[in-house]
Amino acid sequence: MTQEKGSTTQEKEYWRWEETRWNSPDIDWKKADIITAGVDIGSVSSQAVVMCDGELYCYSNMRTGADSPDSAIRAMDWALEGTGMKVEDMHYIIGTGYGRVNVPFGNRTITEIACHARGANFMYGPTVKTVLDMGGQDCKAIKCDERGKVTTFLMNDKCAAGTGRGMEVFANLLAVPIGEVGELSLTVDEEPEPVSSTCVVYAKTEATGLLRAGWDKNKVLAAYCSAMAHRVFTLLERINVEKDFAITGGIAKNIGVVSRLEKELGLKALPAKYDTQIAGGIGACLFGKALIEKQRKAA
Amino acid sequence: MFNLIKRLIISHSYIANYGYSDGSGDYYIILDSDKCTGCGKCVEACLVGVLENYVDDYDDEIVKVTEAHSKSIKYDCGPCIPVGGERDVKCEQVCEPKAITVSIKVKGLD
Repeated sequence: MTQEKGSTTQEKEYWRWEETRWNSPDIDWKKADIITAGVDIGSVSSQAVVMCDGELYCYSNMRTGADSPDSAIRAMDWALEGTGMKVEDMHYIIGTGYGRVNVPFGNRTITEIACHARGANFMYGPTVKTVLDMGGQDCKAIKCDERGKVTTFLMNDKCAAGTGRGMEVFANLLAVPIGEVGELSLTVDEEPEPVSSTCVVYAKTEATGLLRAGWDKNKVLAAYCSAMAHRVFTLLERINVEKDFAITGGIAKNIGVVSRLEKELGLKALPAKYDTQIAGGIGACLFGKALIEKQRKAA
Repeated sequence: MFNLIKRLIISHSYIANYGYSDGSGDYYIILDSDKCTGCGKCVEACLVGVLENYVDDYDDEIVKVTEAHSKSIKYDCGPCIPVGGERDVKCEQVCEPKAITVSIKVKGLD
């Protein structure tokens, strides 16, 4: 897969993660029987994913702006850039995520919980039983069956602890580019005590205190990553984790959190073959495909 | 009868946990979509309006916790579960199939 670079990285915005776009060189969409799209408008990032006959054709992954309908349009435009495909060419479009009602060209909406389970089922295979979606502003623990249907879910969207937003706050505070946080947090010789507060605001205060007390930057990162891992571990505990286990969302790219969580669970997360942030969009596409097939069967 | 058959064959069941854990404890309303018939008795019984009827992702008519209330269960469920008081949960009582459970665990109290 080749990935194009997104918008330019400004020097002082440490939280700014890389926006990406990808499209399949092998698929000719004009020959496709069913074209469906999933637009996942999250609180922090937005993805537009297009699938042809159940195969990933193109996607974009970018920041959500202040205006959700506008974010949906921008994400879709970027995903379709250079492909010649238009929104009118698609058979079904599903909006999902926090801002799902704001997708102007959507045919229907489905919650991100159902979409993430379905998406993870596609991305990691039918053996996935437990999915942890670490989103920008919430965290969802989902259990699903071998068809990617939800069997249990737990969503925590009250608090930013254990979310992408929390990580952004820390990247900025410590002036570390967000993509390097995970790696750097693993360079410590000895694992420090996790920061004691689960609240991002208090954790930030605590981290500032630790820096003043002479702690090394990486050690503070380690303390935060481990607090975040513990935080989501307690969520997962409630739903009883079963093998295989997969993580979706932006934090799945943070090895510092993932490896600490794996250690706490005593279970390895499946390695990602796709961008972990597009799971919701992929799930939405697959829902769309199923709906179209159902409609055709009925007709 | 038709509904029962439909539920057995077509519908898909899952357990939904609405709520959150924070520094002070765990606050969840747990709903079994398999048992819930969407009758809406709990929606009417709730003193605060925490619950609502809706059509889920698998096109079943059931009940869920409203988005706004799922972030404040600790306070919203207070009338039925007062701290230190007698537990008198209206939604659980009116639910015939026992599909709904309110699970509130305040740290240091249990």
